[in-house]
Amino acid sequence: MHIFLAKRLLVAIPTLLLVSVFVFFLQKLLPGDPVLALAGEERDPATLEAIREQLGFNDPLIVQYLRWIGAALTGDLGTSLRTGQPVLELIGQKLPVTLQLATMALGIAFLFGVPAGIYAAVRKRRAGDYTANFIALTLLSVPNFWLGIMLILLVSVNLNWLPASGYVSPLENFALSMKTMIMPALVLATGLAATLLRHTRSSMMGVLKSDYIRTARAKGLAGRNVVLGHAFRNAVLPIITLTALLFGELLAGAVLTEQIFTIPGFGKLIVDAVFTRDYAVVQGVVLCTAAGFILLNIIADVLYVLLNPRLRAQL
Amino acid sequence: MTWKTLATTALAGCLFAFAGQAADLRIALQDDPDMLDPAQSRSFVGRIVYASLCDKLVDVNENVELVPMLATDWAFSDDGLKLVMNLRDGVTFHDGEVMNADAVVYTINRNINLKESRRKSELASIDSVEATGPLQVTFTLKKPDASLVAQLSDRAGMIVSPKAAEAAGANFGANPVCAGPFKFVERVAQDRIVLEKFADYWNADAIHLNKVTFLPIPDTTVRLANLRSGDVQLVDRIAATDAGIVQGDASLGYAEAVGLGSMGMYVNMGNGPNAEKPMGQHKALRQAFSAAIDREAINQVVFSGGALPGNQPWPPTSPWYNQDLPVEPRDIEKAKALVKEAGFDRVAVTLKHHNNPVVTQTMQMIQAMVAEAGFDLSLLSTEFATLLDNQSAGDYELTRSDWSGRPDPDGNVHTFYHSKGGLNDPKYNNPEVDRLLDEARASTDPVARKANYDEFAAIVTDELPIITIGHQKYLYGFTAKLEGFTAYPDAMIRLQGVKLND
Amino acid sequence: MSSAVQSPALPKKQPSRAWRSLRRNPSAIIGALIILPIALLAILAPLLPIADPNATSWTAIRLAPNAQYWMGTDEIGRDIFSRMIWGARASLLAGTISVAIALVTGVPLGLLAGYFGGWVDMVISRITEALLAMPFLIMAIALAAFLGPSLTNAMIAIGLSAMPIIIRLTRGQVLAVKAEDYVEGARAVGLNHFEIMSRYILPNIVPPIIVQAALTIATAIIAEASLSFLGLGQQAPAPSWGSMLNTAKNFLSQAPTYALFPGLAIFLVVVGFNLLGDGLRDALDPREH
Repeated sequence: MHIFLAKRLLVAIPTLLLVSVFVFFLQKLLPGDPVLALAGEERDPATLEAIREQLGFNDPLIVQYLRWIGAALTGDLGTSLRTGQPVLELIGQKLPVTLQLATMALGIAFLFGVPAGIYAAVRKRRAGDYTANFIALTLLSVPNFWLGIMLILLVSVNLNWLPASGYVSPLENFALSMKTMIMPALVLATGLAATLLRHTRSSMMGVLKSDYIRTARAKGLAGRNVVLGHAFRNAVLPIITLTALLFGELLAGAVLTEQIFTIPGFGKLIVDAVFTRDYAVVQGVVLCTAAGFILLNIIADVLYVLLNPRLRAQL
Repeated sequence: MTWKTLATTALAGCLFAFAGQAADLRIALQDDPDMLDPAQSRSFVGRIVYASLCDKLVDVNENVELVPMLATDWAFSDDGLKLVMNLRDGVTFHDGEVMNADAVVYTINRNINLKESRRKSELASIDSVEATGPLQVTFTLKKPDASLVAQLSDRAGMIVSPKAAEAAGANFGANPVCAGPFKFVERVAQDRIVLEKFADYWNADAIHLNKVTFLPIPDTTVRLANLRSGDVQLVDRIAATDAGIVQGDASLGYAEAVGLGSMGMYVNMGNGPNAEKPMGQHKALRQAFSAAIDREAINQVVFSGGALPGNQPWPPTSPWYNQDLPVEPRDIEKAKALVKEAGFDRVAVTLKHHNNPVVTQTMQMIQAMVAEAGFDLSLLSTEFATLLDNQSAGDYELTRSDWSGRPDPDGNVHTFYHSKGGLNDPKYNNPEVDRLLDEARASTDPVARKANYDEFAAIVTDELPIITIGHQKYLYGFTAKLEGFTAYPDAMIRLQGVKLND
Repeated sequence: MSSAVQSPALPKKQPSRAWRSLRRNPSAIIGALIILPIALLAILAPLLPIADPNATSWTAIRLAPNAQYWMGTDEIGRDIFSRMIWGARASLLAGTISVAIALVTGVPLGLLAGYFGGWVDMVISRITEALLAMPFLIMAIALAAFLGPSLTNAMIAIGLSAMPIIIRLTRGQVLAVKAEDYVEGARAVGLNHFEIMSRYILPNIVPPIIVQAALTIATAIIAEASLSFLGLGQQAPAPSWGSMLNTAKNFLSQAPTYALFPGLAIFLVVVGFNLLGDGLRDALDPREH
């Protein structure tokens, strides 16, 4: 197990280094001088040159890269060009927001996707199955940003039930926090719920076909007990692995959702940073996202091995 | 304390006890401000926050006149090389330090010398500043500069606590300490900026709010939805197309003011090889382009009448406007004739613009309008960062650009039309214009300045390095419970005298 | 990207059998029935008796749907119905061309990595992993911003962002096929690498790639709409569903139907491609039956 884990972690290092190279140079290739973008209406050539010098933008790219990655290795991701806040502090502020959004979305997706998937598998090729599949297809195909806009129009503008934007920390006011986040979480959950439904369905169908379920049924166990007690326990493994992987995609999917609902999270941080050419923030955030993504992949692999008795025995 | 204020205070106290948040005002801003250091910040929206946080030496009133704030009075010497300002007595900063001549000298020097300062060009005419009394400062100028007092009515004139600024250095924006009506509590980037009432404010009687929270909400629809649902009480700049909704809602209040700025199109006249294109070369084509635009139609369609058609750097309502050169209605025949006169049948023109919806809508209208006169206008929408870069590098034929405006006329023209102007991206170069602008800047006589600006306006409306389309109005929506709110031409939200009833 | 990676087993059937089972597959048929008419409208747009999508009218601003304007008019008085039809071109073009870009770049790289293994595989796989570790949309946004906003550049950005998934899929399939007898046989006969790859491996890995391509078109259409929504796609005055939505969201209170149509259209086309992809998978993948 340790060797397996160590191997996975070792391979992650060059991957992360590559990500850092990509994100650094892609940023530098973007048109639009960040100094000009930041200067806005106050553009004075001498001042601009001084800022450029101060930020080290006049050094060769490779020097800038080494300086950045060197500092990053010591935990210093630089400061935002726009607000002057340390990037790490910004990430610390924004990450909990997106994590809350993603967790709520995951919860919603799970609560809907898994039971619906089980139901579809049991009702294979009957009306219930087709309905579940139809819902999954709908959820998978609806553009998130459009759904968000339509919900704002209906629920906030016309019905005035839920706030259209903003964020309240659950530590500050739990009820209000849930109220502001439920709509974005619902929007973000759509694609995920569909994926969970489909995977639960196929995973369950595989298990239900297997010999020991047939044996259990032959022994006269009631249908519900077979499904929930025996079959689901075996089908849950790939679903857990999938969930770890999907969590990473959720973080990415939050980008548009946060933009539409004006939620001050990770996604909004990065989109705003790209548009204002706030290099330090873009680099830091993408690097962190990639690290998180890779970590989730490793966790998924480890879970898969740990939860699978046959594979565990091989280690 | 009079009987009346005592009663008001008692009443306010009762309301507070019952309603809890009655005096907490939540304001939706259009953008998230950048760093909150008056020396370093650049964003327009940041100035709206400063209006509550940092008092300035001089303020601007509804009629764009300069009025006392931290300075009680000021005067230029006869040669215009010295400016003496007397300061208000009994003003303290949020950290309890006293605001005096030394603090002003410190702040001005900080604005000039701090490496990260963005105020250097605004204060470029200052040679030195010294305390000539406990409450008197004297600025010595390199050359006369009539616009200096107006500069001190903005960020360059916001006085900060020397003790706090000295301790924080360039990091002052993380916890700004000024002398405004509200003091800084906390900031969560892209989420909120919280200020609370400063008990020792010199004008504390005018402040009726306990707490102000600024929430950046870029989407106009969402801003309005928040206002209607009561999540915010005041919205900074509602969309013109939403004005009707706000006016039609009895639970909402509405206010507007014509801005100081302008909306226009730059023509590349001397900024690199792109200046060789027909528009940069032929005055007749620029005139044709301008004549083909129906400014009133744009005002009606894009702004629902909530803007002002214009043709000069300042709005027709401004005292600096040259009334002999009114905004002309669309004249398509004249436009066609001018295109022919320049020797063209059809002219291909490319224009770059910011990809925001209002600008895109305006440009598509203009595209359709000028097509009738013979212009094949291609539009390239880009992000703001790229647009600025292209504009200053001369990588454009035409661009669409806005200016937020300054109280002194000099701030709206010198930097754009003077051959050495910092924002003269068209690289327009006319020695006569340079002379007129320099003279107007050096003169403190309003009549002489007006004469110069009239002459200047006649030249630039003929040569058109910048084709002005119109002037923004600033529109505000707020809850009907908000009392005493006034819209100002400089778009600052001043909370003096503003009450939130329950 | 939720339905991103599927790994159907290698089909041993004749293509004609797959075709027959595809024709009997309800998903595929419904998918095709949704896509074909929209594609036809898009292709024939210039010939249809509809209003000029760019013709403006200052007197018909943001009208609700009526007899003359079936879907109403937009913020500068253009016919939304006509713009919807022309917008279909942008969406379908973006969907297909960006996937073509992903295939043209991704399949050869996956082939090389899977076939040669060793350091070639090592390099390609590490780069693929690094690319996959960056959020798809963020990459597309950054690339689109880098290339400059236009429909073509949005397609390139989406194509390149979808490439790593194709690389990984191709590589996996090649690894499975490489061990098959007929490939070993071809190698024993002394055919060169290129011949083995093009004649023996590629034809056998095509089906899963086709399935993935159909599903990726759905994702790409949403991605184009998202980029246009952020102002990084189709440029004015040419219509695209994403940019129409972007404008429409400013007039939600004044013209709620404006935001309805482009969103519905995107939804419909994406459903179509998802159904087609599912049908293809069922037809080409024997395991499901």
